[in-house]
Amino acid sequence: MSDIVLEIKALTRRFGAFTAVDALTLSVNAGEVFGLLGSNGAGKTTTIKMLTTLLAPSSGDARVAGFSITTQAVDVRRAIGYVPQAVSVDGSLTGYENLLIFAKLYDLPHGEQQAHIREALEFMGLTADGGRLVGQYSGGMVRRLEIAQSTLHRPRVLFLDEPTVGLDPIARDAVWKHLVDLRTNYGTTLFFTTHYLEEAQSYCDRIAIMHLGKVDALGTCKELEASLGGGGHTLNDVFVHYAGSALESGGNLHDVGAERATAQRLG
Amino acid sequence: MTATFIHPLTGFIEKTFVITEFELRKLRHDFTELVTRALQPALWLLIFGEVFSRSGAMHTGNIPYLDFIAPGILAQSVLFVAIFYGINVIWERDLGIVQKFLASPTPRAALVLGKGFSAGIRTLSQAVVVYGLSLLLGVKLNWSPIALLNVLVVVVLAATLFSTFSLIIACIVKTRERFMGVGQVLTMPLFFASNAIYPTAIMPGWLKIVSHLNPLTYVVDALRTFMLAGSTSSFGLSRDYAVILVTTAILVFIGARLYPRLAS
Repeated sequence: MSDIVLEIKALTRRFGAFTAVDALTLSVNAGEVFGLLGSNGAGKTTTIKMLTTLLAPSSGDARVAGFSITTQAVDVRRAIGYVPQAVSVDGSLTGYENLLIFAKLYDLPHGEQQAHIREALEFMGLTADGGRLVGQYSGGMVRRLEIAQSTLHRPRVLFLDEPTVGLDPIARDAVWKHLVDLRTNYGTTLFFTTHYLEEAQSYCDRIAIMHLGKVDALGTCKELEASLGGGGHTLNDVFVHYAGSALESGGNLHDVGAERATAQRLG
Repeated sequence: MTATFIHPLTGFIEKTFVITEFELRKLRHDFTELVTRALQPALWLLIFGEVFSRSGAMHTGNIPYLDFIAPGILAQSVLFVAIFYGINVIWERDLGIVQKFLASPTPRAALVLGKGFSAGIRTLSQAVVVYGLSLLLGVKLNWSPIALLNVLVVVVLAATLFSTFSLIIACIVKTRERFMGVGQVLTMPLFFASNAIYPTAIMPGWLKIVSHLNPLTYVVDALRTFMLAGSTSSFGLSRDYAVILVTTAILVFIGARLYPRLAS
């Protein structure tokens, strides 16, 4: 068994005549922080939905922690955590209750549930707020609780769809500090999408730039900058070079609306 | 983490109750809902029931009209509460909650049935309201513990049935506006094409046929039999229970197949 934790092979998803993800092939190493970048409509969210078994691929397959997303979906679900772009904790429950339900759904042994929840709250800096209703949390706290909820069962891969959208810079830094800690302490592989280039630059081991359903560029930040030739390029130049032509065309009203709604709820 | 083997059926039952538990925990913070819901059965019994009882327009055999409709109004309020349950699922989809549950290893049928049960337990407050009003109006109730227990079971099952139906509609239409439209269109026909406020005996032939295909008719029949002192079932209680249980099972099966559509 190699240390590849995520292996995507010719993964394709069509919606009618539109190909959202086009024969995507990619592998991610265990413990890697991997960023998927691209403009709206590039296929990032569709990719994550397929990898988390929420959406069936039209063709192709992927192995997550050794399990096929098409034939071993339940095993995949046990091995992963998922933080959707939209708010995924329940505001009418306390932070503790939001964690407890997932401790039970993921079959954590009864004797270990309380310890896991306490540890998760502490890890995300929420110990003092576990008993409060999540409806009263700030945006950054909501995101940290969501990450705690998705990592209670110590997933091998954590998928995050725009984890810092709508957060102020201080809250973003706090979220990232905790994400990096997860990788350091538990070896969790992080696979995330983002629009913020500086985040990708600061935290990613490798980056893939997606454009119209395909990966146009893949490598470390330095490799990508060097790939443009001539020297002195920034990641922003790289992004514009590979995805720039699509910045105006990407995303529909629904996507933009959903993103702004999320930003508003967290902000 | 060591993966312990869990039998699929045990897992399914366990997860169903986990979902129910947390749906009910939300209720603690949300009591206004229970109070406002009490209004509708009160209006039906105190105004509609009283007026029609006086007019003597409905022939309900040897049972007074108010006694006749009290179980019907309970069934109706269960239907009205349950049929709009799906709006919660659409709300949870617009947030990211549905997606997160679907990305967990929880069996889909447990997600659906767990929500259905919680809707069922939520509507028990309606039974308390209707019993209170019935006492006030002098309806001759059956207070035997077995009968009361059966009323609770039928109310929970009926709400599970109709809320699962509602969830299926939510999975198909996916938006709040369309859902409200469909919900409105369905409730009144389900209500009127049943024996809730008049006996099937006085219905025109076509409506009688429709009412016999309507699960609400069997809910009303079971409730009427258990709630009222000295009442007998029109269809037989085993048939009532069979129709309710089989319909619920079919709807949960369909719901479990459709629920993942909310995330895609």
